[in-house]
Amino acid sequence: MAEAAVTISTPVRVEAPPRELERPPLVQNNRSLGWISDHIAGVAEGRAPLWWWVAISISSAMFLVGVVMVTYLISTGVGVWGLNHPVMWAWDITNFVWWIGIGHAGTLISAILFLLRQRWRTSINRAAEAMTIFAVMCAGLFPLIHTGRPWLAWWLLPIPTSNNIWPQFRSPLEWDVFAVSTYFTVSLLFWYMGLIPDLAVMRDRAKTKLRQILYGLFALGWRGSNRHWSNYEKAYLLLAGLSTPLVLSVHSIVSFDFAVSQLPGWHTTIFPPYFVAGAIFSGFGMVLTLLVPLRTLCKLEDIITVRHVELMCKVTLATGTIVGYAYGMEFFIAWYGGNAYELEAFKYRAFGPYWWAYWTMITCNVVLPQLFWFKKVRTNMLAVFILSIVVNIGMWFERFVIIATTLAREFTPANWGYFTPTAVDVLTFVGTIGMFLTLFLLFMRYLPMIAITEVKGITPQADPHHPLGGARHGGHV
Amino acid sequence: MGEPQKIYGVLAEFDTPAAVLHAATQVRNAGFRRWDVFTPFPVHGMDHAMGIKNSPVGWFTFLGGALGYATGNLMIWYMNAYNYPILVGGKPFFSGFFAFPPSYELTILFGAFGTLIGMLALNRLPRLHHPLLKNRRFKQVTHDKFFIVIESDDPKYTEAGVRELLEKAGCRHVELVEE
Repeated sequence: MAEAAVTISTPVRVEAPPRELERPPLVQNNRSLGWISDHIAGVAEGRAPLWWWVAISISSAMFLVGVVMVTYLISTGVGVWGLNHPVMWAWDITNFVWWIGIGHAGTLISAILFLLRQRWRTSINRAAEAMTIFAVMCAGLFPLIHTGRPWLAWWLLPIPTSNNIWPQFRSPLEWDVFAVSTYFTVSLLFWYMGLIPDLAVMRDRAKTKLRQILYGLFALGWRGSNRHWSNYEKAYLLLAGLSTPLVLSVHSIVSFDFAVSQLPGWHTTIFPPYFVAGAIFSGFGMVLTLLVPLRTLCKLEDIITVRHVELMCKVTLATGTIVGYAYGMEFFIAWYGGNAYELEAFKYRAFGPYWWAYWTMITCNVVLPQLFWFKKVRTNMLAVFILSIVVNIGMWFERFVIIATTLAREFTPANWGYFTPTAVDVLTFVGTIGMFLTLFLLFMRYLPMIAITEVKGITPQADPHHPLGGARHGGHV
Repeated sequence: MGEPQKIYGVLAEFDTPAAVLHAATQVRNAGFRRWDVFTPFPVHGMDHAMGIKNSPVGWFTFLGGALGYATGNLMIWYMNAYNYPILVGGKPFFSGFFAFPPSYELTILFGAFGTLIGMLALNRLPRLHHPLLKNRRFKQVTHDKFFIVIESDDPKYTEAGVRELLEKAGCRHVELVEE
């Protein structure tokens, strides 16, 4: 059949979307590519500002307190904590789950939001990934030191020894070893791969020989070649694809530590999704706690805009509401399941001697985050900062409530008790906060805390089909 | 010294992603093979303009992941069912179910290593030295400039011809890069 002479007329231009449908730019005030490099890299160059010295003095002092406490613990024994029969796990595991949960927002932002093509993530992913790594480091410390004899912690690893005794893989605690160490390693790899092009930026800007050598070494000879970018982008996509099931599995496996046991209040199937939602909730809380002050202190308001903060508030609101639903559902199942022990455990949680912890948790995690429904609250940086701290507190209490109340009231009255922390418990926790903040402050002074390359890539002047990117004739080059 | 330096290639600088994309199409149409575009960020549509095929990194990820899952299962079977079986709570010595969570984690772990190592290997990185990294102007590639480099060992390379092509393609500046 002869082809009819069809002329397909393609319009040279498409209509611009109506003003109300235009999206606000992700980088405000039409900043140039050079400005983005200068301002982000500038945070890690030159002399450190006064506030940085004040902050790192405080945080490293806290860290030092933690080092002293851990030394005391290891040299004396776990009895220096308030642990005793029946509550043999309390602040240590609470802190472990809390820190691991905080880490989850980093991977969510870097991997899941990447797969969902949420381009606003580029302004916050680097800092959130760094937060993940440091939070997982703090988390990993607690299972190690609560073993009582941490010098035997290598028993957890599948290392061949002369007596051929291997780890016992039927225990979720052993799964946890694999989950947490994989999570740390993969987060580090993902973070480092994202850093390679930015380390090249730092290398090319370096003024001193030492910086040139160090940034140059870690940039691995990156030159921005398009043949490299092609492999790099594919690898980044694949790592995002691998990290997404990873982040969902890690907190699921952490929740198995509890859910696979037989205790009322722990033995529930809702735990994996409920823990994952809580983890993302607390992680976004921590990202907001860190970035809301930093965007002002480092003058990065054009890159981490109010819109970014608002979007993070919305994620916090959504996950906080999921967590609230889980609290309600736990109660419903405790009643509907018809198990007397389960129902008793939940009555004890809410109205027993730990009522204050339970209602702090409900207030901080379910009630107060509802304020994020209001745009006035989401755009008020002070309010967001305070609420982010509230979320952090609430999530700590959630872990404490789950762990302590169940252990304090088991099946028989012989296993009933009440946990009271000692000063060592509290100060060890303070120490890990110090460690976390110290590491984060060092990170932001030595590495670009926002992904320079990725932020450049989402500006209109980076798009070859946009007039600002040099396109003529309505985008056809 | 005194001996003329070997030439690595010709470097052309562009101001906008659209200009470099346009020029890349022309260099490709001129039939060059040993050339590359250098940009501060991945430019949309550049792979197509340069005629780069889909990256094979995925194979490294797949191999890593498959190896990880097999390693996990084999390790757990060997340790808990073969080398030193211990009966715990009447549970089987080996089952794919309890071996799954650690094996799943190892799938991701090995897959991630495969991805990173595959990406670096395909890019011939890490590299401590490269002729372009010595060039002062090329330092702008990580800031806000775009470059095309045509290497001197391309079969179609002649200095005058390459210069003319790149200038016609609209570059702002052309210079020779020494080896």
